[in-house]
Amino acid sequence: MTESTREIYLDNAATTKVDEDVARLVLRCMTEDYGNAASLHKKGMDAEMRLKEAKARIAETLKCEPSCIFFTSGGTESNNWAIFGAAEAKKRRGKHLITTAVEHPSVKNPMQFLEGAGFEVTYLPVDKDGLVSLEDLKAAVREDTILVSVMYVNNEIGAAEPVEEIGAFLHREHPEVLFHVDAIQAYGKYRIRPDQLHIDLLSVSGHKIHGPKGTGFLYVSPHSKIRPMIYGGGQQKGMRSGTENVPGAAGLGLAAEKIYKNIDENVARMYALKQRLSGDLAEIPDAIINGKNDKSSAPHILSCSFLGVRSEVLLHALEQRGIYVSSGSACASNHPSEIHTLGAIGLSKERQEGTIRFSLSNLTTEADVDETVSAIRELLPGLRRFYRR
Amino acid sequence: MKTHSYLIKYGEIGLKGDNRFLFEDALMKQMRIALKKTGGKFSVTKTNGRIYVEALSETDEEDVYRALRRVFGISWICPVRRVEDHGYEALKEEVLRYFGETHPDRHVTFKVEAKRIRKTFPVGSQEMNADLGEALLRAYPELTVDVHDPEVLLHVEVRNDAIDIYSGMVKGPGGMPLGSAGKAMLLLSGGIDSPIAGYRVSRRGVYIDAVYFHAPPYTTDRAKEKVVDLAKLLSRYTGPIHLHVINFTDIQLAIYEKCPHDELTVIMRRYMMRIAEILARQNGCQALITGESIGQVASQTMHALYCTDAVAGMPVFRPLIGDDKQEIVDLAKEIGTFETSILPYEDCCTIFVAKHPVTKPEIADIEASETLLSGVIDALVEQAVAGDEVILCCDKKL
Repeated sequence: MTESTREIYLDNAATTKVDEDVARLVLRCMTEDYGNAASLHKKGMDAEMRLKEAKARIAETLKCEPSCIFFTSGGTESNNWAIFGAAEAKKRRGKHLITTAVEHPSVKNPMQFLEGAGFEVTYLPVDKDGLVSLEDLKAAVREDTILVSVMYVNNEIGAAEPVEEIGAFLHREHPEVLFHVDAIQAYGKYRIRPDQLHIDLLSVSGHKIHGPKGTGFLYVSPHSKIRPMIYGGGQQKGMRSGTENVPGAAGLGLAAEKIYKNIDENVARMYALKQRLSGDLAEIPDAIINGKNDKSSAPHILSCSFLGVRSEVLLHALEQRGIYVSSGSACASNHPSEIHTLGAIGLSKERQEGTIRFSLSNLTTEADVDETVSAIRELLPGLRRFYRR
Repeated sequence: MKTHSYLIKYGEIGLKGDNRFLFEDALMKQMRIALKKTGGKFSVTKTNGRIYVEALSETDEEDVYRALRRVFGISWICPVRRVEDHGYEALKEEVLRYFGETHPDRHVTFKVEAKRIRKTFPVGSQEMNADLGEALLRAYPELTVDVHDPEVLLHVEVRNDAIDIYSGMVKGPGGMPLGSAGKAMLLLSGGIDSPIAGYRVSRRGVYIDAVYFHAPPYTTDRAKEKVVDLAKLLSRYTGPIHLHVINFTDIQLAIYEKCPHDELTVIMRRYMMRIAEILARQNGCQALITGESIGQVASQTMHALYCTDAVAGMPVFRPLIGDDKQEIVDLAKEIGTFETSILPYEDCCTIFVAKHPVTKPEIADIEASETLLSGVIDALVEQAVAGDEVILCCDKKL
């Protein structure tokens, strides 16, 4: 069997298949309710209603006011805006920011830019499971700290950072410090209450939850002040100008509502699948699961190193069987800067080079997992014979 | 409406003897193909040993240059004003008008280069140079004469059928027209060099086919797609390219398993040559082309080249053999393949390399190592050739 007609998609941390109801709604907003939400006539009004509905749907998932939701072009914009917008608003009070060593480039690179612009950034180290410690954070906060930015779930290994403790600590000891959470891999997998977690800014992307690409939002808590980054016609209360992407926002809203509908059930299913996958993989010789693999990590991301094979080669071999995964190593990737958690948790070069990331969704089945494991079992001996030394 | 005409200068073809018309006809054919891409109508004619292009429809001049600058054989493209002979005074007026229209900035140095080819014209070349020069100075006092290094060289050529007036010219690619030589098989990788090697040989009038060695899952489909893109870019100059994609994985694995690792690259290159030659013969090619340049990498030392060359039963053209990398890069940027070539997808050559490949392979050692493959390799080669996937690469856009 070299070619499979079936498709097994285990790269849901990269992007997800768009839900069909979502796609239908997007199409409707493009071909029927196509007005500009700012127009005074009925067409504009209809479009505005779509936005309102979407905002309400999202707000319901976070148990927040709809006025806290600002639509963006996606996770990268949300993260950029949170960081630059906070830095710009608070720079007179201080120029110190805190983040972690394992953030996504859409956090890391804005931070580095700010370092060049006269800000100081502390990068919290992580342990072997990719987790920051509250103690390190406590020690890092200073008089002039204005922002703490921590990812909820790590995109490479699925580690879930202690955002609850961090939020509680900051709220108790440093209420003036803004707390930003990159929840791009967490939204739809965790019940997130920004008010209870004391999160001021929260980034979410639409296409990770079966919504359209090019959509996302930033949650801004009612008492937080950040500066806009995009100026123009004053849409979204002047915080994010530009004609609203009504189809995208509507799709995002519906995707959000749907992903939270049966979240407990679905997350439990994903944990069970992940457990099955990791258990079976662990039996393969020289296969090592990276990071924690219990319910303290995300339900949908599993990172596994296969020693003696280059992840890119294994990836393409799996692809020939219709199985899609992601490679998790710097050397194999076309964008080395995007992969750095594996190094930060102390993996050797060989282990990094052989790392595959499996990421599940609500659509993943037991058969998908079993077929993937047996394909890897079949492929590995052959591929390991031809490992470049 | 002024007719939009161009005089085409072709360097080397002019030196040909009795068969010169063959080259001219080939050139005109390629020009017509290229001009078709502009979407306009043109007549391409040959009169008295010169090729003229005349636009028969509204066409952007830049489009014409863009098209013709990719036609091998053209050394210069000169926008020309062709006028009928209504006597010398009428010509003088036309020259003044031409200069006024084509050179809005007259703070330039100039020189008139008149040529009386039709000897029945009453005024001689020298006389015209002096008189037209004077008339221009009178009409446009800002002008200065410079007979040695003028900024504007104004040509006035009295020919048998008409008079040509032209000044500026746009450089063509030079070389010989496609179809005036044979066809060759290019070993095309995703790198910077091999497309340029193909370009250089094709510029001598040679049609190109190409072969790419694909090694899934060790090389990605993106790497293959990149090679297709390169072939398409190259085809703007060389005409349509049949790209042969050969699955090389099993051969590579066999070599990897059976042969000494420091000889991997040389042996692999030898099998690539062998397969390329089989394809070349099947497709009517008379030579192979590679992008090798002496000493660039371990497989391109003199010793290594000797070993790879030894398996070829037909000429192997290596047009870059004496070039420095920078020269190759410059040409790649000029013809537009560079940006695609540097996309970071590994090809099979970069994946299956030993840490320390042998730099001075001895042919006897290599041949001895290859005997380790006997019994399997012939079938694998046959299988690879039989699985040849042919992709027609051409670019119909301007």
